[in-house]
Amino acid sequence: MVKQLVMTAAAIALLGGCASSSSTLYEELGGQAKINEIVENFVHEIEYNNTILPYFADTDIDRFIQKFAEQLCVFAEGPCTYSGDTMEQVHGGMNISEADFNLTVDLFINAMNKANIPHPLQNKLISRMTHTRKQMLYL
Amino acid sequence: MRLTTLIGSVLIVYSGIACAGDGKLIGTAGLNQLEGAGGGGIVPWATLSGYDSQDQISANAFITQVNLDDYRLNVLGANVSLYDRVELSVARHAFDLTTLGGEIAQTVYGAKVRLYGDVIYSDWPQISAGMQYKDLEDTAIAGLVGAKDTTGIDYFLAATKVHLGAVGGYNLVWNLTGRLTKANQLGLLGFGGPDNSDYELMLEGSIGVLFSRHFAAGMEYRQKPDNLGLGEDDWMDVFVTYIPSKNVNFTLAWADLGSIAGATGQKGLYLSVGGQLW
Repeated sequence: MVKQLVMTAAAIALLGGCASSSSTLYEELGGQAKINEIVENFVHEIEYNNTILPYFADTDIDRFIQKFAEQLCVFAEGPCTYSGDTMEQVHGGMNISEADFNLTVDLFINAMNKANIPHPLQNKLISRMTHTRKQMLYL
Repeated sequence: MRLTTLIGSVLIVYSGIACAGDGKLIGTAGLNQLEGAGGGGIVPWATLSGYDSQDQISANAFITQVNLDDYRLNVLGANVSLYDRVELSVARHAFDLTTLGGEIAQTVYGAKVRLYGDVIYSDWPQISAGMQYKDLEDTAIAGLVGAKDTTGIDYFLAATKVHLGAVGGYNLVWNLTGRLTKANQLGLLGFGGPDNSDYELMLEGSIGVLFSRHFAAGMEYRQKPDNLGLGEDDWMDVFVTYIPSKNVNFTLAWADLGSIAGATGQKGLYLSVGGQLW
């Protein structure tokens, strides 16, 4: 039975390996147009969330839209360069809690859902964003 | 000074209740396992039971039934998860001997502490240590089959990790648990026996895939000791879980629990409903 479990795990690992293709996540998502749509939806989600909106009180929204789209493009291996501030600079002094961070991830997922991003691509994009979490929490 | 500390603590607890736990991603709090701990179905995981983040607390309750050929296990349980750090649980087992007649009742009190990591965000798996104190109330059958004790404590160390998009874009979750135990069939047949009454290390594992934010499927395996010499088998199950919201989850599994008290080939449906109360 243990052998069966190990075999299943190995099979799943292989499956994961085979699924990778030569195209970038940027292309799979649908290029810059789709990334811009996600960012616009995300801003809309934030506007209607009373917990997260206050964090954006002093934010230049146009600049945020531009820089966040750039950043997502870079995470998805698109043809962009991030020209914004570091995550620490942007989030320093906000003292963002883990709960509010995770709520914002929920809003980001809503934004992707509304842009009709398929579930597997959502996971891939999020997996490339997770390393920024420690640059944002409790600063 | 004491009073200030006390009031401080009460305020902290109160503020925790005021912003009840929903600070984790849906599906990542896992389920409630048979002995009351946050986990899969039969295996305790490193994840804590609720959706609380490190600033929140949560409370959960669940009901589970496993219908086997000759037995039926009913479990009622509840647990609290504090600041995504400590989990305290209680589970009540009522084990019906549907063929022979009679019932065996047991209560399990559990505690778990998260030692390291976050199941999604840390580079290494989330690690937790836990214990489960088991108090068997109906001791006659345990005595009859030669069990040495009617109470026992299990100790476990669990590692759990979610790999985002790892299986063709779907999230993969795995858990590995090492448990030191003397329990016969969860403790329902007592602890220790003629063949062995020392702690033994048992390995338990779970693997699952989240097919959406609301559906998961996978399998579990739980190694068991055979202290009584009755051929106690390892347990396994395959499960599907539906998580419509952070407040409720439904699990349907097919469980193969092998030989129980000499009755071989015990298989059947496992049904569980769990919910977060706050």
